[in-house]
Amino acid sequence: MSIETKLAFSASEVRSFSESNNEPKWFADLRAAAIEKAAELPMPKPDKTNIEKWDFINFPKHTVKSDLFAIEELPEEVKELIDIDYQENLYIQRNNTPAVLKLSEELKAQGVIFTDFLTAVREHGDLVQKYFMTTAVKSDEHRLAAYHAALVNGGVFLYIPKNVVIEKPIQVVFLHDDEEASLFNHVLIVADQNSSVTYVENYLSTVETAKGQANLIEEVIALDNAQVTFGAVDVLAKGFTTYVNRRAHLNRDAKINWALGLMNNSNTISENITHLVGDGSSADTKTVVVATGEQKQNFTTEVRHWGKNSEGFILTHGVVKDAAQTIFNGIGKIEHGASKSNAQQESRVLMLSGKARGDANPILLIDENDVMAGHAASVGRVDPTQLYYMMSRGISKEEAERLIIHGFLAPVVNSLPIEGVKKQLTKVIEGKVRK
Amino acid sequence: MSTLVIKDLHVAIEGKEILKGVNLTINTNEVHAIMGPNGTGKSTLAAAIMGHPKYEVIQGTIEIDGQNVLEMEVDERAKAGLFLAMQYPSEISGVTNADFIRSAINARRGEGNEISIMQFIRELDKTMEFLEMDSEMAQRYLNEGFSGGEKKRNEILQMMMLKPTFAILDEIDSGLDIDALKVVAKGVNAMRGENFGCLLITHYQRLLNYITPDYVHVMMQGRVVKSGGPELAKKLEAEGYEWIKKELGIENTDAVIEKEEV
Repeated sequence: MSIETKLAFSASEVRSFSESNNEPKWFADLRAAAIEKAAELPMPKPDKTNIEKWDFINFPKHTVKSDLFAIEELPEEVKELIDIDYQENLYIQRNNTPAVLKLSEELKAQGVIFTDFLTAVREHGDLVQKYFMTTAVKSDEHRLAAYHAALVNGGVFLYIPKNVVIEKPIQVVFLHDDEEASLFNHVLIVADQNSSVTYVENYLSTVETAKGQANLIEEVIALDNAQVTFGAVDVLAKGFTTYVNRRAHLNRDAKINWALGLMNNSNTISENITHLVGDGSSADTKTVVVATGEQKQNFTTEVRHWGKNSEGFILTHGVVKDAAQTIFNGIGKIEHGASKSNAQQESRVLMLSGKARGDANPILLIDENDVMAGHAASVGRVDPTQLYYMMSRGISKEEAERLIIHGFLAPVVNSLPIEGVKKQLTKVIEGKVRK
Repeated sequence: MSTLVIKDLHVAIEGKEILKGVNLTINTNEVHAIMGPNGTGKSTLAAAIMGHPKYEVIQGTIEIDGQNVLEMEVDERAKAGLFLAMQYPSEISGVTNADFIRSAINARRGEGNEISIMQFIRELDKTMEFLEMDSEMAQRYLNEGFSGGEKKRNEILQMMMLKPTFAILDEIDSGLDIDALKVVAKGVNAMRGENFGCLLITHYQRLLNYITPDYVHVMMQGRVVKSGGPELAKKLEAEGYEWIKKELGIENTDAVIEKEEV
């Protein structure tokens, strides 16, 4: 298959961008090699969505410069997310510019590293080099991964040393308020042995439209017995072509809880894969989606079992309205040798309009005998019996539908550990459902 | 005083006529019981009054104080004062019992006149205690994972919180043990008074030991075929329905004309 391989950036442009950031040689070389590979590698192939005509390549500007703001001057939408007085560990990025960074003295003293990604490349090269696109996502797995590695222009790095338990959530806000901006954010979380962390991020557009790319790759490495809770609410503007890849690699007895509210207004390919590599590791994955307008989206959630006694739970609830087209792929894969593992999933899609298209594809791939696995999937309308029941108490049809939808999406809302983020997600859902 | 008047009601489901001319008048301060063998249209009557979308009224009228109930949407019927404790309440995931009941109260009160959260919580706590319900049930999702008995109690809780003018209890006693039955009866008896009328639908006289009806009606073949006082229920308990069939010349084979519908 011949594909137009002209990329928006050349190898020399990549080099000079790297130089302008004072990046170490290994990273400059990695970028340059990646841009070469990006030209040759095939595109990823999201199941049941044809992305041949999607433009994941072109953008008006690779980086935009945004003004900094003091914490008191944050836009209202951002303020609502944050409990300013309470939140000690916070990173806010405005488009491509690191704008606010706070890390408590206590965590610093314990050796926790929390900084914007490009600073981490300069200052924590050993850790970054070890884990950046080597373990969870590989920089040469397809064109968009290579393109990302070459063009990464933001993101965050979080390292939690051995035995460190962080009680309060670490909060990150990626604010998009410049139509010209492209986001090649890389999030790298390394949770060392026996550590524990809760990380919550928001992607938030405050402009109506975008002209650039959102190519986001986020990696979680959880070493033996580490526990990571990862919450995210994405609300990116229409106009982006969004590729978001959140992936975790878990060692022995490690545990991850994902709570993802995927509320982009853009066309989106979302991939969330957890590799349960170590024996006894487990993943609990909750995803909710509301698709509106003429959006085309594909959401793949996969838990892949390599370790014995590993447990994976996938819950996906999607609401599809207007003329939106949405594919939900849920994959539980048990590799040979992962005996006594348990792969469970539930995908439910609620269709609110006759023109909307929604598909739930539950897939179980099992290469081992001694395992448990199960799935439930449904695509349908709001249950008329439920509506009748609620209306028989005096609640109007519209209000009953609203309550049912919020209830349907509650699994993620309730799992988000920051009150402001929870409220914002509820508000976003409300806005999308009412519209 | 309010009055619920049902006149010559004919109701079909999926084209099949189940109710064939029901006449019934219920005033506030009255408790009526409808008894009858399985499949004679009792639950159909309840569903038709509340406006279940599957039930088609083909003839007759239902009015509350002269207002035409049949022209109302389901929620409007509730706002007009009707309440149906359902035989099989729906489970709604993600919506807590407390939020649901508060939404229902506020829907009746209207915008700008919402119940204060404090007042709501006080009333809910008090009512749940009265019904011997565990207070954690307020925060559980609506009917989700509730046992049969818990669901029935929860219907009575909603009735007491919403204070309808007319409550229809559709086989509220089925599947209840004696203790739960007493609690349900306690709830209904607490509502009795000048502002409350009740229609109990039941197979069993047992419930009527705890809620003494003012009137008892027997339904067969889609009609009310006999009415009387509480003594009628006792006679039915002792002698069954055969004597009525004989008295009215009803053929046994016709008795079952309807599967119990949800």
